[in-house]
Parts: sequence; C-alpha cells; structure tokens
Amino acid sequence: MSSNLTSDTTRSASTEQQAPTNSPSQPQAKTTPGKWRTVLREISNGNTIINIFSVIIALAAGAILIGLTDEEVRESFGYFFARPTDALRAFWDAVAGAYSALFQGAIYNFGRPGFLNGIKPLTDTLTYATPLITAGLGVGLAFRSGLFNIGGRGQMLIAAGCAGWIGFGIQLPWGIHMIVAVVAGIAGGALWGGLAGLLKARSGAHEVITTIMLNYVAFYLLSYLLRTPLLQAPGQSNSKSAPTAETAVLPSLLGERYTLHFGFILAILATIGAAWLISRSSLGFRFRAVGENPHAARVAGINVGKTYVMAMLVSGGLLGLAGSFQVLGTTTSGFTPGIDAGIGFDAITVALLGRSRPWGIFAAGLLFGAFKSGGFAMQAAQGIPADIVVVIQALIVLLIAAPPLVRAIFRLPHDGSKLTDSKKVATA
Amino acid sequence: MTTTINPLESQELAAPVRWRTPGMLTAFALAAGCAFVFFQRPGTTTFRLSSENDAIRLPNLEVSTVPAGVGLTIALLLLAGYSVFLRSSGRKTPRWLIAVFAVLLVAGFLIWAGSGGTLPVSGLLVATLGVSVPLILGSLSGVISERVGVVNVAIEGQFLAGAFAAAVVASVTGNVIAGLAAAMIAGALVAAVLALFAIRYLVDQVIVGVVLNVLVTGLTTFLFTQVLSPNNQQLNSPPRFAPIDIPVLSDIPIIGQVLFSQTLIVYLMFVAVAAVYYGLFHTRWGLRLRAVGEHPQAADTVGIAVNATRVRNVLLGGVVAGLGGSYFTLGSVGSFNIQMTAGAGFIALAAVIFGRWDPVRSTMAALLFGFASSLQYVLSIMGSQVPSEFMLMLPYLVTILAVAGFAGKMRGPAAAGKPYTTA
Repeated sequence: MSSNLTSDTTRSASTEQQAPTNSPSQPQAKTTPGKWRTVLREISNGNTIINIFSVIIALAAGAILIGLTDEEVRESFGYFFARPTDALRAFWDAVAGAYSALFQGAIYNFGRPGFLNGIKPLTDTLTYATPLITAGLGVGLAFRSGLFNIGGRGQMLIAAGCAGWIGFGIQLPWGIHMIVAVVAGIAGGALWGGLAGLLKARSGAHEVITTIMLNYVAFYLLSYLLRTPLLQAPGQSNSKSAPTAETAVLPSLLGERYTLHFGFILAILATIGAAWLISRSSLGFRFRAVGENPHAARVAGINVGKTYVMAMLVSGGLLGLAGSFQVLGTTTSGFTPGIDAGIGFDAITVALLGRSRPWGIFAAGLLFGAFKSGGFAMQAAQGIPADIVVVIQALIVLLIAAPPLVRAIFRLPHDGSKLTDSKKVATA
Repeated sequence: MTTTINPLESQELAAPVRWRTPGMLTAFALAAGCAFVFFQRPGTTTFRLSSENDAIRLPNLEVSTVPAGVGLTIALLLLAGYSVFLRSSGRKTPRWLIAVFAVLLVAGFLIWAGSGGTLPVSGLLVATLGVSVPLILGSLSGVISERVGVVNVAIEGQFLAGAFAAAVVASVTGNVIAGLAAAMIAGALVAAVLALFAIRYLVDQVIVGVVLNVLVTGLTTFLFTQVLSPNNQQLNSPPRFAPIDIPVLSDIPIIGQVLFSQTLIVYLMFVAVAAVYYGLFHTRWGLRLRAVGEHPQAADTVGIAVNATRVRNVLLGGVVAGLGGSYFTLGSVGSFNIQMTAGAGFIALAAVIFGRWDPVRSTMAALLFGFASSLQYVLSIMGSQVPSEFMLMLPYLVTILAVAGFAGKMRGPAAAGKPYTTA
C-alpha cells in the first residue's frame, strides 16, 4: 500500500506523455529497502495513519447516524434544553450498544461461556470474508488490466449454477466430486466474464455496459433453469435447487461447531496465486502493461484484445470461485437466484479498498467480512439495520481514496512524498 | 481505470469490423425469416390503435400473420442485400436503411409473436415512455457530466437520493412541487460529493461514482428501515403528480395520449432533452462545456475556468438525475422502497455510452430499452409461449446486441475521467 489512489490516478494521467518511465521493471526496484524499513516508512509517510483515521471518521459518521435515527434519542431530544443529559445518555447508549454488538458479532463474544464459544464470531468473519476475498481478487485483477468488471453478480450466478449442478446432479467419490464442482464453478464464471472480454476485444463494446447487462441475463437464465428439472429440486414448487451432495461440500476446517470451511484455504491460495500472477508472470505483466497504457502496450507488441479476453477470463474465474464457495460451502441446502448475496458488488468496494493489490484485497476482505458478520449480529441484538455497515464501508473507501481530506480534518502535516508527486505531474 | 475509450485504441480495433453492419443485417434478416417462415404461427394479430375514450377513434388493424411474415422477410432480405451490395462497392450503409430495417423487424416480430391476440399499441407506447422517463433524465445527466470531463457512474445513487428525498419531503409538506425541488437538491448533493472528491481531491472518478452508489444505497436503505417504515403514514405517503391533458394535442390518435397526457415530470423531461441538445451545441455554455471536456488545457488557455465549469455542470447533472429519481416516487410508484431504482442508473449509463455522449441519441437509446422492457410486459400479458424469464432478458440482450453489433467502439469526450491540474 505504498502509493494511494490519488497518485495512481495522477500517474495514469501522466502516462500519456511519458509512458516508458513508468514501466514496471524500473531499476529502482532492485534497490528496495528491507521489509521492515518499508513498513516503518509507510507508517511515517502517513498511509497507515490515514487508513486508521479514515476508519475512525467513518465509524463516527455511522455513530451519528445510529444516534440520530434512534427512537429514544429523538424522544429525549424533544426536551433537550430541559435535561440535556438524557439526550446525551440515550445517544451514548444507542451508539455503544450498536458498536459493542458489532464488535462482539465480528471478533469475540464475551456473552458466551468459554473461549471456544466466544471465538465463534471470528470464525464467522473468516467465513464471510472467504467469498469477498476471492471475488475482490477478481475485480482487482480486472482493474489492474484497465477493465471495470461490474459483472461479478452474473459471473457468480453462472458459477453457482455450474458448481451446484455438479454438486447435486452427479455422483462422484468424495474429494474428486468437490474438485470437479469447484472447477466447474470457476469455468462457468470464466466463461461469463470471458464473454464480456471477447465482446470488448471483438467489437469494442464497453465492458461496463456488457457486464451489467450480462448480470441481468445470468439472473434470468438461472431463474429459468431453477424452474426446470435441470436445477430444480424434485418435488419443489418454488425456484430452489436440491441440496449439495455430501461428497461435494467443502469440509469444515475447525469442526462442525464452526461455519468456516475449506474455501478459506482456497481463498488464501488464490491470493498467493493472484499475487504471483500479477507481479511475477508474463501474463500478469501484460495485464499491467495494458492496464497502465494500452497504446504503449500495443506498440510494445502486446495483443491488447487478447489480453482483455484473458484478463476477463481470469477475473471471471475468480468470481466463479467465489460463486462456488456460496454453493459448496456457505449455503449447501440448495440455492435460489439470490445466491450471490450481493458479493459481486461488494467485491468492487473490497478491490478498491485493497487498491487492487492481492494482499491489500485480502486485508480488505477480512475487514468487510468482519463488518458483515458484525452487522448481522448488531441487527439481531440491537434492531439496528445492518445496512449502516454498508454506509461505513463506503465512507472508509471514499476517505482512504482522498488522503488530503483526512489530513485536513485532523490537521495532519502534508506528506512530503505526495508533494513531489504532484510536482512531477505538473512538469509532465 | 478510466472508462472512456481513447481515439488511438479505436482506430486499430475498428479496422476488422467494416463488414459488421451488413453482416448483422443479413443475420437478423435470416433469423427473422426462419422464425416467420419455418416457425409459422398462423392466425391474425390485431393491433388496437385507440381506446374507448379517445376523441378520434381508429379502427383496429388486423394482420394475417403468414402473408405478412413472408412479405416482411422478403423486404428484410432485400434491405440486407442492398446493404451488402453497398458495402461491396465500398459505400457505407445509410442510416435510414438501418432505421427502416429495425422498424420492419420489430413489426414482423410483433405480428409473429402476437398471433391470435390483440396488441394495444397505445398501451405499449405509454409503457415505453413510462420506463424511459427516468432513463432519459439519467442519461442527460450523464451526458452533461461526461461532456464536461467528469465520468458520472453515480447516476444510480442520484436516482435513489432523489426518489428518497422526493418521497419524504412531499409526504411532510403534502406538496408535490416541494418534493420535486427536494429531489433535485438531493441529486445535486450527491453530485457535489462526486465533484468534491473527483475535482478537488483528484480521486478516480469511476471509483467515486461506484462508492457513492454504494453509500446512497446503504444510507437510503438504513433510513428507510429505521425511520421511514415505522412512520409510513407521515413520512412515506407522498401525493402523486396528476396527469395533465394538453388540449387538442392529447386528442391526436395513437400518440396523443402517449405524449400529451402526462405528468409534469414527463413534460419537464421533454423540455430537458430539447434544452440540453440546444444548449450543448448552440450556446456559449455548451461550447465551453465541451471544450473543457475535450481539451481542458486549451480551454484554460483561452480563459475558461476549467474546474469551476466542471463543478457547476456536474451539479447541474445531479439536478437532472435527481429529477429523474423523483419520477420513481412522485410519478410512478407513489412511495419509496428499498433499492426501488433497481439498476436503472446503470442502464442510463449504458444509454449515455450507447448514445455516444449525445443527448438526442442517448434519449433514443433509453427509449429503445424502454420499448424492449414494455414489449416483454405486453407480450407476457398476451399469453406468449416463451418462458417469462427469456422475455425479461430481452431488454438486456437487445442492449448487448445493440452495443456489440451496431455501436461498437465509441469515442467519448477526450478528457473525461482525467482530473485537470495546473502547474
């Protein structure tokens, strides 16, 4: 996370003029200081501080929203000038109740007896984070290739359809069944994503349009298939599939007590794989080159159209992996057309928060998983709609993208490195 | 991460698709021919041209499907053949040919699919306009914003904010005009955040737009569940706009009721399309706006304040999109509901790109989508054999086909998506 979105943007603006200086194989990269030096420098540069302050501001804004919309608070504000302490106490009670429920639902529940029960929320967080990380990797990888994949929903739905069909429609021994189902899901997602890539490469159709439209097509296609014997559970009258066969369900990692499944390991592997692909493989190099500047990439002999197709295939495949987690890990009792659970769109915010870097996305996915798990607990315990979590998440992403704003709010000194950055743009 | 397409890129990729239009026309003509000739649905299709209450009543139009299908197939094939002929002698397919082709194709499809039923023409057109009104306003907002150099992905958020504000304010005040004003302000507020982050803090415009959509969706959903639904009577029961008949004009057969018996929002929409078109291409405001979006440096050199122009027009775009949002609550449904815009903002965004950043073409694109949407509705009422899901898919498939098949690589305003910083 050494650079931020602002400098990313200015850099892409300046690549028009001076593309060669931005090629990823700069000689400077060889003289990178040690890992700890980098971490220390990042902290002193203020990026970590910006991140922390962004979360604080977003939580404060969320607190104000929770407080102001609370029934009791509004009543006590009616006689605010007679007894202001009442209003303030009600405000504090509402916010403290909400955020402690959020924490206890995401990390550790002090209300439950024993460590093994108390830690369950943390494992739930990891379960929620699993598809968010993989889907976020997919969106982030497309970002790096200069593509905006809003089609996560469609890719996940098609993947869920494919993985689900293998999961209950076919009889295979334990282990193999699971692998075949996951691979089918990845293939389904890749196919749906690759279609958008192919349309872009062949006819120049903008991927923002095609992926959005393909979302709807996938939704109605799956809705239709869930009414036909192909996917519908026998004897069902509504659009729901049969439960996933035992042999295809991803095994749980920590025993039956917890929801955490093998998908989390796959998500870690996917992160490692994506990190390798992006920074070490020649395909990843082509992705980044096209993403930074398609004209320069073309001049350098890269087939831009083919790269778009490949990027959308890989991106869709990762979203397909997330889709198969939904069917084979999270909801194994049969699925409906709503199986994507909005993850395809959440993935965009995850990728943005992680700045399209695989390990950044991993961390962002964990954070959003915690918010999701905590949000549901908060809704159940305090009756506060879990959507407040969406507001907080969006605010975090927005604030992290604009460090000068956070600096201005907390009156932090200006960051030296950023100043030189903007000077560079000015002279370019 | 910018969504605009650069000119260089379009030159190379546009080269291998020169045969696309004739090819697409031939493919469509053959597909239609297969359907009309080999999968005949004998019978007659009745087009109802006027309803009971119309001042001037037209008789129903009855068409026998088989001869009409064969005739139309021949006409379509002739048109496609003429396009191929033009192409092989090195000429482009004229636009009127594509338009006539599309009209004949749709007519043929309606005759074929509606066999044995009665098709209310006026109802179909009313439904088309109903779906299109917010889309058109949203796409106008996008056109203004992108022409000035700021990509506006936040149309969906502006819709939702407008719909929400309109419902609440109109319910509290009991006044639809106040609701309309509130919707415009809400849309402008979302646009103000977009402008603040995109222009002041140089955050990638697409990112701000996407995050704003998420933010507004979360905010309106939260406020709806927490505040609106417990107090539905006081806060979420707005009055609705009543349709206004324009004398004489509303009595014109077929299109009279469609165009001239509508609510204030629809009339404002008509005005907005004309105003944006005229303003953008025939006034000083439009010239400056386009200059800022195409070449901000040049605009700056001649003394136009680039960022101030951008902020003003992004706010204007927000006002227009907020107006579109108010249609959801004050024009059609009546009360706010969670995520009631259902992706319309994204469709409007697609209409902007499909309409090549031109107000009139974007309006046409929005109408095309509205037509496809209401077509599936009308056909499913008529008892079509096709599963409803495939009919529901139709508008989205049409959009993909239109974008991939005919529109192709499009070049947006050159500076859209790029922040402007001076030395």
